[in-house]
Amino acid sequence: MISKDSVAHVAGLAKLAFSEDELQQYTAQLDEILNMVAQLETVDTTGVPVTTQSIHLENVMREDVAVNDTDVQDLLANVPTKKGTLIQVPSIIDKEDD
Amino acid sequence: MNFETTIGLEVHVELKTKSKMYSPTAVSYGAEPNVNTNVIDWGFPGTLPTINRGAYSYGIMVALALHADITRHTHFDRKNYFYPDNPKAYQITQSETPLATNGYVEIEVDGKKKKIGIHELHVEEDAGKNSHEDDGYSYVDLNRQGTPLVEIVSEPDIASPEEAYQYLEQLRQIVQFTGASDVKMEEGSMRVDTNLSVRPIGQDGFGTKTEIKNLNSFNHVRDGLAYEQKRQIQLLMAGGEVRQETRRWDPAKKETILMRVKEGADDYRYFPEPDLPPVFVSQQWIDEVQAKLPEAPAKRRARYVTDWGIPEYDAGVLTLTMEMANFFEATVAAGADPKQASNWLMGEVSGYLNAEHLELKDVALTPAHLAGMINLIDDGTISSKIAKKVFQEIIKEDVDPKAWVEEKGMVQLSDPAKLTPIVNDILDNNAQSIDDFKNGKSRAIGFLVGQIMKQTHGKANPKVVNSILMTEIKKR
Repeated sequence: MISKDSVAHVAGLAKLAFSEDELQQYTAQLDEILNMVAQLETVDTTGVPVTTQSIHLENVMREDVAVNDTDVQDLLANVPTKKGTLIQVPSIIDKEDD
Repeated sequence: MNFETTIGLEVHVELKTKSKMYSPTAVSYGAEPNVNTNVIDWGFPGTLPTINRGAYSYGIMVALALHADITRHTHFDRKNYFYPDNPKAYQITQSETPLATNGYVEIEVDGKKKKIGIHELHVEEDAGKNSHEDDGYSYVDLNRQGTPLVEIVSEPDIASPEEAYQYLEQLRQIVQFTGASDVKMEEGSMRVDTNLSVRPIGQDGFGTKTEIKNLNSFNHVRDGLAYEQKRQIQLLMAGGEVRQETRRWDPAKKETILMRVKEGADDYRYFPEPDLPPVFVSQQWIDEVQAKLPEAPAKRRARYVTDWGIPEYDAGVLTLTMEMANFFEATVAAGADPKQASNWLMGEVSGYLNAEHLELKDVALTPAHLAGMINLIDDGTISSKIAKKVFQEIIKEDVDPKAWVEEKGMVQLSDPAKLTPIVNDILDNNAQSIDDFKNGKSRAIGFLVGQIMKQTHGKANPKVVNSILMTEIKKR
């Protein structure tokens, strides 16, 4: 059972703020999802190597060639507020820029 | 109580690729905001990253230069964090299976050699850039988003701020000589975070460490670490405790300032990146990169000393940058005496570059022209005094020194058949000086040479003049 604290912690990492009611509601929903996924744990995986991929491909790579094929104005079309070609966002003060 | 210091460094190096790590947009410094981006860089839903093979090869190259073991089977991982400089809310990096492990950098402090271990190197992507303005908003430029980086994590083998400085200097040189990165702190293509802790000598476990971020020069690293070392020791001596925190160096106040206290491990919820297939690095791929790996600075230094008799210190100066080392070798290849080439590069050339705030690539001087000028001095065509004039010309203009010297009539007069009559003419007119010389006043010779130089407008070869003068004066 996932705790309300864990949900609040993950929400905090995602910079989301929930009311007490919302937290209750999401905790219950997340718990159902996690229980469903947890059914996988009943499968016996003895001797099965750790898997990081479901498709059996490797070394799918591209050569180092630069392609700028998107107009910056098209990308900015979905930006609510901008200045020149910069994206405007609420002031960020909780972390030093680096 | 005596303390010992433990330092570990994390160095981010931007790889000099044409395109980004996981998207094909261009990597370039100083472009108009957001023009080098596409839907992948913006983290649009439904987009998929691709691996830049060239970037991975550069990563292998840096790892090989640092004597590290290349990981053959690797995959990428997601590091999750929310911040506007990174629209997809995760960074694709390598956590479980880094590019390479177990390398080292050799440093020398107070004449003693020491190996600083490298725990691991991994490739990852850079974030975009935020700027903060007084209007209550921040602004995001994603041009840098996705730029390939190699993060080089040292072992906690560094015992003093000076060792940290030497480690960074060696690391910068080694990486610069691979050509995989510009490694310029001032342009952000090399960035350093430090971890430092102190403990009473004899204590088993490490002390609590603090991190310093945003250090933008090697001197700041050394000063910041020295300050932090002292601060921690004073805190412990006064019965206090070191908190695990992130600080930043303020170069104006010369102190570190608290940024934030770390409570527990950072919670990045790493997991294997599902959008990229794993990478297998074959022996053939490693061999291919190894074959392209340029000669390391330490090997070049040794060669200059052994093959060309260059003093160790001079060899060190010549290998500070790849540009200088390459220029030096090309000058020797163009026929210059190595010792002369070294002297000119370390003396006049470096002096000029420093005074004008220029780099070798910004001046007209070529190795062939420098070698040509050195040979003109060697064969007596020009004097070393005239050479300084020639140098001022060939560093600014793309002119052949020999042709220029001939055109300007600066060729030295070395022919005894032409010089002897001039010498005798001067002697005829300076009987007093001849008497002075015969009476043991050797200074008279200097006066006579001066007269001959004046007569020839400074073009007479002083060596030849001296020998003719001695012969002729004895005849009188």
